[in-house]
Amino acid sequence: MTALFSLAWASLLNRKGSVVLTIVAVALSVALFLGVEKARSGAREGFGNTISGTDLIIGAPTGSVNLLLYSVFRMGSATAEVSWPTYEKIASRPDIAWTVPVALGDSHRGYRVMGTTLGYFDHYKYGGGQALTFAGGQPFSDLFDAVIGAEVARELGYTVGTPVVLNHGLGAADLGSGHENRPFRVTGILRPTGTPVDRTVHVSLEAITAIHVGWETGAKNPLADTIPEEMIRSFDLTPKTVTAIFAGLERKGTILTTRRAINTNRGEPLMAIIPGEALAELWNVTSIAERALLAVSAFVIAVGLVSILTSILSSLNERRREMSILRATGARPHHIFVLLVLEAGLVGFLGAVVGIALVHGLIAVLAPILQAQYGVAFSMGAPGLVDLAVLGAVTGASLLIGAVPALAAMRRSLADGLSVRL
Amino acid sequence: MSQPVIEIEQLAFAWKQGPQVLEVPVFRVDAGERVFLRGPSGSGKSTLLGLIAGVLAPQSGTIRVLGEDMRALSPSKRDRLRADHVGVIFQMFNLVPYLSVTGNVLLPLRFSPARRKAAGGDAEREARRLLARLGLADEGLLARRVSDLSVGQQQRVAAARALIGAPRLIIADEPTSALDADARDRFIALLSEEVTRTGASLLFVSHDASLAPLFTRAVDLAAINKAMVAAGGSA
Repeated sequence: MTALFSLAWASLLNRKGSVVLTIVAVALSVALFLGVEKARSGAREGFGNTISGTDLIIGAPTGSVNLLLYSVFRMGSATAEVSWPTYEKIASRPDIAWTVPVALGDSHRGYRVMGTTLGYFDHYKYGGGQALTFAGGQPFSDLFDAVIGAEVARELGYTVGTPVVLNHGLGAADLGSGHENRPFRVTGILRPTGTPVDRTVHVSLEAITAIHVGWETGAKNPLADTIPEEMIRSFDLTPKTVTAIFAGLERKGTILTTRRAINTNRGEPLMAIIPGEALAELWNVTSIAERALLAVSAFVIAVGLVSILTSILSSLNERRREMSILRATGARPHHIFVLLVLEAGLVGFLGAVVGIALVHGLIAVLAPILQAQYGVAFSMGAPGLVDLAVLGAVTGASLLIGAVPALAAMRRSLADGLSVRL
Repeated sequence: MSQPVIEIEQLAFAWKQGPQVLEVPVFRVDAGERVFLRGPSGSGKSTLLGLIAGVLAPQSGTIRVLGEDMRALSPSKRDRLRADHVGVIFQMFNLVPYLSVTGNVLLPLRFSPARRKAAGGDAEREARRLLARLGLADEGLLARRVSDLSVGQQQRVAAARALIGAPRLIIADEPTSALDADARDRFIALLSEEVTRTGASLLFVSHDASLAPLFTRAVDLAAINKAMVAAGGSA
């Protein structure tokens, strides 16, 4: 076996050019597959890491995925809101330690605006318990202060002190329908988190009320702009409704009873979801596409393996002489078979190793950049079980595929015997 | 000691559904003999060599190689007999292109533990010794790719490969047809010398009758092959 192994190796070295090309084909296919797989597990992890430390999310009754989408992912919109007295009732429940109300509905140049309390910066956690941190500035303190996420700052080129005009609703800036009469000022910029927080403009709940003075009918009152700022500041700006409530419990053990109590709230109907559960549910929906992607990249590996087959099959004719020399010097047919199977296996193995190295190299180079720029956390570190499994599977499949040219060569060498005419 | 190395009686062979190409009533090579087998192309010599080497099996008759009845042996047993006891030299393109000169010489040892043992503990040195005896001692030459060697040098490497591990029979199929007269005579002299030293038998096939005096015995294949005689001896 070792004798044949060194023969196979020497034979591959002799055909360096085509062998290297085949190895590259296999390596690229393996790298694609692993890249998709790493991105997938990274996405899944990042997805699961979007929110943590919050025990319940409470909103008006809707689907749990829908509530999660608009409260955490800032996607879609709430069909109904929660009234302020109901919020206060929940906040004062003895089993609830803290609550952070949020109000959504406005936007700034495509980025959602979220009204909330200062508690948000303390209680909202992501990535397994990491708190939000400021890259610059500080939380909002004045009525017209805004804290922006990392992507908002990067894409719009905002710095601390930049004035910001909000839009009513989610459309693009449209003169007359905006809140241009109430400009905000950026007071803080958050560090990248890889979560929707990066794409959010945070203001105080009172600010949301303030910019909607004069909008009570749902459309802008022509006189709204005439109300001076000082007068607005003197108003009671406690919001009438909030969109959703993030809540933390005193004791985790009560989560199911607390949820049931909220879901069966007398008076205003409410709905409480456990973020982890809803995330898993949402992941199930999105994982179909991601599985399809994985399947496609698995097929790319198959193509890579077929290239091994092609390269060996096409070399057989010119190696006919070599086979009969081997036979004449004592190689039995099974030696010829094993030799070619080993060649295929070696090419597959090397291709997989190069592919794995390629992916890990790329991640090592790109991960810090992605982390800093986008807050996307790639699972770094030494090659893991997935890589080993891919290495094993690709090598095994190449050995199997090698049986095809190996059988052909073996049969032919039997027929040729010692006399190959040239 | 004249135990026959090759012993053929009433041997007949035909390719599938083809006419008889070989019909040899009797042919033998004794131990230590150097036999010249003259056979023009088409005289069935490749078939005869295939039968002796054990890659072909006869339809009828007897062929014994080193006392073993080739018809009674399974194909893999015949392969093993060849691996252990027969060295083969072809007409041209004898060498595996991706192995070094010594790598080529050592090739039979990969497939035969018996010859590995016979070559001694330091097979590499044995290979170099054989190469040196055949006039290939130059280190620079040994380092070259085998495809860069001259045809004469390649044939000598092939001879060293056939000789390593002391096989009892060397089959040479037109090994000198690509050499000029000078190189040819030198090659045969060196080969004969080594074969005599190891005590192996040599079956040397060529169409060139002028080589016959260089061997202990000469046989005309056309004369012993009845199939060719029946077909009018033409080919």
